[in-house]
Amino acid sequence: MHYYLDFEKPVAELENKIEELRRLADGRDMNITAEIKKLEKKAQDLRADIFSKITPWQKTMIARHPDRPYTLDYIRLLMEDFIELHGDRRFADDPAIVAGFARFRGVPVAVIGHQKGRGTKERIERNFGQPHPEGYRKALRIMKLAERFGNPVITFIDTPGAYPGIGAEERGQSEAIARNLLEIFRLNIPVIPVIIGEGGSGGALALSVGDRILMLEHSVYSVISPEGCAAILWKKNSNSVGPAEYARASEALKLTAQDILALGVIDEIIPEPLGGAHRDEQKAAEAIGSALKRSLDELMEKPPAVLVEERYRKFRLIGKLAEV
Amino acid sequence: MAWFKKEKNKISKRVKIPEGLWVKCNSCKEIIYRKEVDRNLKVCPKCNYHFRISARERISLLTDNGSFTEIGSGLVSNDPLNFRDQTAYKDRLNESRKKTGINDAATAGSALIGGRPVVIIVLDFAFMGGSMGSVVGEKFTMAAEKAAEEESPLISVASSGGARMQEGIISLMQMAKTSASVAWFKEKGMPYISILADPTFGGVSASFAMLGDIIIAEPKSLIGFAGPRVIEQTIKQQLPENFQTAEFLLKHGMIDMIVNRKELKQTIIRLLSFTAADKYSPKNNEP
Ligand SMILES: [Zn+2]
Repeated sequence: MHYYLDFEKPVAELENKIEELRRLADGRDMNITAEIKKLEKKAQDLRADIFSKITPWQKTMIARHPDRPYTLDYIRLLMEDFIELHGDRRFADDPAIVAGFARFRGVPVAVIGHQKGRGTKERIERNFGQPHPEGYRKALRIMKLAERFGNPVITFIDTPGAYPGIGAEERGQSEAIARNLLEIFRLNIPVIPVIIGEGGSGGALALSVGDRILMLEHSVYSVISPEGCAAILWKKNSNSVGPAEYARASEALKLTAQDILALGVIDEIIPEPLGGAHRDEQKAAEAIGSALKRSLDELMEKPPAVLVEERYRKFRLIGKLAEV
Repeated sequence: MAWFKKEKNKISKRVKIPEGLWVKCNSCKEIIYRKEVDRNLKVCPKCNYHFRISARERISLLTDNGSFTEIGSGLVSNDPLNFRDQTAYKDRLNESRKKTGINDAATAGSALIGGRPVVIIVLDFAFMGGSMGSVVGEKFTMAAEKAAEEESPLISVASSGGARMQEGIISLMQMAKTSASVAWFKEKGMPYISILADPTFGGVSASFAMLGDIIIAEPKSLIGFAGPRVIEQTIKQQLPENFQTAEFLLKHGMIDMIVNRKELKQTIIRLLSFTAADKYSPKNNEP
């Protein structure tokens, strides 16, 4: 059974009907088999139609889809010999970020990413992918190890944001994020971030500085969530805001992969299977794999000093200004 | 990450205070004669709360008389998202410009502090909550690069609710850009002193503001990553007393010291005397 989003309802109805027919036919009734074929084609067309007109708010829903592949799924599908490393050596291990070594198409790499968790129990354990400072400090520790060993870093970004809590503030959430930003700019190895779901604000950015920034077709990247933005800017006379305002905020924020590419913040959009990465995780992983391979091959040719210089220039140029 | 909304005390909206003559303290809520506050460098005489001051006032407080030369004063945002909520971002910018007389929330330039050349950048909370968009990001980066080039110390004064959400992803990227420029600057061995004034939150605290070699806060300033209301809504608990105050950060090891406004300049001079910047001191330049 698939989990369908609201705007997928028409497809859901068709697909449920197909399932029912399949059970009835049991593969023997040729008439029903032909009917199933017809309906499958119809469902496919309908899905293509829906997804060709998808709004930024609907994209946000897909980016947060509970069946969407997470970092550990992509590690399983794309890499071999993953060995997870734990802890920031200062306070704790943060399960909202996973990190370790693996081999990607034969190349030893460090791989780091947010992990949201599947099912209620794991989601709570992983704090819904919202890191504490120790998560960012673990990430930095593994990046520095990768640098010492001369291995490239691949990061997967998928978080609603850094966790807003008492402990997080006590232990320096701001400092942890800021430190990662600064240190990643100094790394003498290629760094390739891939935004696979939600790129939520500073908590996403702390893993998203790099040499080539890739983004899945239905992922989002934003300075604030549409809900947060709407609550501040669309709130009138303390009336509460809802989906209509979230939709407007998500349009205004220009948070889709397509918008972000047009604004010059990322380098490449990785296509997803029709209906989103969760409809065919194997195919999604293959697309990520070939984009990663291309970037990695290019970057591994570059001397470290060139990498660092170009990484600085890349971000230095974001934000064109007028002068009066 | 959104710029900070100070609504802790909703009553303050209803209590009409005559403009000009009296001022209400954000911290102790006392109503005080404005002249008394002004005479005291805009510090509350009752509770030592440090009122927010403009970038101009801050610069004249910290730098030697007449030594400040501004850079990038003409830079303005070109509204990269063409953003509009209930008001167009362009109109908000124009309003803020009229209200404050400055083009955006940061003022940067070179100056002397105790006779030593420095580069200084100051945020102004009165301009859209001191929020960081492309102009603030660019000015900070220009300041850091200038300081690196001239081998001068870099001084920043933050007072900001965070990233400017009307510039969307472009404002988020200013966190990366400014942090990169701090990395660049630090290669030179010169000191970076970051001063945190009330309030310092979100995208500003999670980038350059927390990257100072030395971090100083003004008494009772609120400093943090997430705003207190967001945290309260998330954890559904009351926040501890003094949470996210300068005093709280000092206790948790996040800042070096809390310094009263009237001692701030002297403290910077003393700190610089211990760093490589001291090669500029008159004493060492004697043959
Ligand atoms: Zn007071």
